[in-house]
Amino acid sequence: MKLLKLVPDNTNIHFLKWRMPFFVVSGLLIAASWALVIVNGLNLGVDFVGGQMIRVTFVGQNDAPVSEMRREIAGLGYGDPIIQRFGQPNEASIRMKLPEGSDRQPDLANTMAERITGALKAAHPGIRIDGVDSVSGKVSGELFQTGLMSLLFAMIAISIYIWVRFEWQFGVGALFALFHDVSLTLGMFAITGLEFDLNIVAAILTIIGYSLNDTIVVYDRIRENLKKYRKMPLPELLDLSVNETLARTVMTSLTLLIALIPLLFFGPASLFGMAAAITLGIFIGTYSSIYMAAPLLIWFGVKSDSFVPAADVPDKAERIARGEA
Amino acid sequence: MLDFPRWKKIWLWSLIVVVSLASLPSLASLSGQHWPDSLPDPAVNLGLDLAGGSHILLEADASQIAAQRLETMEESVRTVLRQAEPAIRIGDVSTQNNRLSFMVESAADVDRAREAVLPLVNGTGLTREWSLSVVDETRFVLTPTQQGLADALDQAMDSAKDVIDRRINAIGTLEPTIIRQGDTRIVVQAPGQQDPEALKALIGQTAKLEFKLVDLNALPSDIQAGIAPPGSQIYPYADGSANAGQAVAVRRLGGIKGDNLVGAQQGFDPRDNSPVVNIQFDQQGAAKFARLTTQNVNKPFAIILDDKVLSAPNINEPIRGGTAQISGGFTVESANQLAIALRSGALPVDLKVIEERTVGPDLGADSIRRGLVALGVGTVLILLLMIVTYGRFGLYANAALILNVLMILGIMAVMNATLTLPGLAGFVLTIGAAVDANVLINERIREERRRGRKVLAAVETGYKEASRAIYDANITNVIAATLLFLFGQGPVKGFAVVLVIGVATSMFTAVTITRMWFAGWLRRTRPADLHI
Repeated sequence: MKLLKLVPDNTNIHFLKWRMPFFVVSGLLIAASWALVIVNGLNLGVDFVGGQMIRVTFVGQNDAPVSEMRREIAGLGYGDPIIQRFGQPNEASIRMKLPEGSDRQPDLANTMAERITGALKAAHPGIRIDGVDSVSGKVSGELFQTGLMSLLFAMIAISIYIWVRFEWQFGVGALFALFHDVSLTLGMFAITGLEFDLNIVAAILTIIGYSLNDTIVVYDRIRENLKKYRKMPLPELLDLSVNETLARTVMTSLTLLIALIPLLFFGPASLFGMAAAITLGIFIGTYSSIYMAAPLLIWFGVKSDSFVPAADVPDKAERIARGEA
Repeated sequence: MLDFPRWKKIWLWSLIVVVSLASLPSLASLSGQHWPDSLPDPAVNLGLDLAGGSHILLEADASQIAAQRLETMEESVRTVLRQAEPAIRIGDVSTQNNRLSFMVESAADVDRAREAVLPLVNGTGLTREWSLSVVDETRFVLTPTQQGLADALDQAMDSAKDVIDRRINAIGTLEPTIIRQGDTRIVVQAPGQQDPEALKALIGQTAKLEFKLVDLNALPSDIQAGIAPPGSQIYPYADGSANAGQAVAVRRLGGIKGDNLVGAQQGFDPRDNSPVVNIQFDQQGAAKFARLTTQNVNKPFAIILDDKVLSAPNINEPIRGGTAQISGGFTVESANQLAIALRSGALPVDLKVIEERTVGPDLGADSIRRGLVALGVGTVLILLLMIVTYGRFGLYANAALILNVLMILGIMAVMNATLTLPGLAGFVLTIGAAVDANVLINERIREERRRGRKVLAAVETGYKEASRAIYDANITNVIAATLLFLFGQGPVKGFAVVLVIGVATSMFTAVTITRMWFAGWLRRTRPADLHI
């Protein structure tokens, strides 16, 4: 049986020849993403702005009667609901802003949920209330804060780890690459208007994790080659490292994608946004490892002798890998 | 590197078998199979988003506790000074600005008053709960200490948790989780609760029952305008009661509280068959109730529930038996709920629902089904791709991958961890990452072979060189997942749990276990070339 090779042996693609144009493109994409986030805003879910999300299924019907529901709910005097299809055509999500004064009286929000579900049940006997998420402004503010903090801390902690394991240039390079990935993911949410909820924070942290996976594999090879080819000019050495790891990069990205695509198409509706974010993240994470994380090392001026003193001492990772530690 | 002594092989295999066995009960419960009762069943818990259920976050108002303490202190101070021999007269009592202040009418009594009040101030514990100062010679000022307030809040929250526990158990909810969160919050999680509204109504009801005398001197126009006579307070009638929409003025002090109850049942009023709640006081409560009703025959008293007046009947005759009937526009259901709430005791503080998440059981089952389908399809595709790409070594990686999934489930089950919907997504990602380790190793072996290394050396270098990157990458993933666990809420925490366990098990299965199989195969066949 002939085995599949996605990438031919000994490729020699000059990735870094294009580093300037791609760097400009990356910069523009980051700027565009933030501009979109600021102008369009994110479609923040109830987790982060407070309010209510009620999920309903019309059992035995083909479609959810969206306009009827909108009229019935608007008639209760709480303002206009945002009603979206959610998963199947007969499923819908209803989102409501928090009622006036609920920051002081959290109970008002609950009364609203009770009245809405009550009115819907009365008007549609076949309706099934699948879920009610009711988040007060206080809690959503905290969730927003902790979500933001977890993203920031994760990026900083990871960069410090890379700095310790490699050199400061690598740590800063990884941080820039992560900033690029997070920015573009936010940009996607701003442009598509997909709901941004707690799961998406988890998705972004996952993207950070796996983008870094890629960056580390490339960096690890760069470190190895720096020890091996001490006279080679840096751009050439980076190209060599990226080419040597290319087969792995393609194969891994592909396996992750084929694990995610079924989740996107067959998975539960509430995981769609998460799966979409991670799928996109695999592309931008792979790209950023090659065109952000690696070329930045040239600009930061990595020296070819950075890793020489430690060359002969097996480090902890190797000892653990051998089962000695 | 490729040497596996026998003891190590035995150890690794037994670990594989034990941990995989631990995953079986969870697999059975996820796929809806029956697991024999005679076997141990450490199954993974399903989160509310998969099993269906309600998550309710309640918050107490700390300032209410402070106000209650002031009121209690005021009553105690008045009592001790009245009981002093001879009684010490005080005036100008105020509870403004979170402190109690009063003036002793005669300067000669100041020292006696201080002696009488001091035991109240010092409290029973080790810490001082109040600080007492005397200003302008006769004005006493009692200020609660920070520690005293914090202790009072802590006690109130602990007993609120117990009360909720009793109430939920009274309606027979299965395995509720009730935990305190922070200083002022309580989380209630009830799996499979069909009617979250009933649950919320039950735990949200403070059930503070009071009997206070109606202030007959209050002018109806003043009540209307919300102006209470000195020493009185205005309470509105409860919605649904006979006088709903009106209000009544009652004497602030001198009433009794309904916390000395031994029983409460829903019943019917013999006169008109409307639902009522019958209560029985304990001995102490009965004595107090008898005294109140004896001293105030032919005067009306208000029955107040959670600061709303249910009814204000006339005391026709002293009630000495220690039982009473509360009416006030109940339905059978609301009377029943009140009875449960009264039996379980009143909440020491009002709790408000600040977050609620409910998932219907049908949606949960649907999510499990769809998640498993996606997981299954993704896994099968990966397995195929690995075999097509790496042949025999793809098979090793695949076997390791399946073991990895079983091990994650097994460890979660033993740790009693909770599997949530984002946790299912975590599985998908862990599978992808576990495969990455094998991809890194196999690609490196290919590379080393191309460079002309001999088979054994290529395999050895492949594992050695790839392990470094795998190790670094996994550590950073653990960092991200740990932060997710620390800052994440509910279901997102479940995602982090799967990632952390998955990183650990995938290092084991994808690196150590495949190396053992690889080494065994090399030793048996001694191949001159590798088909990789």
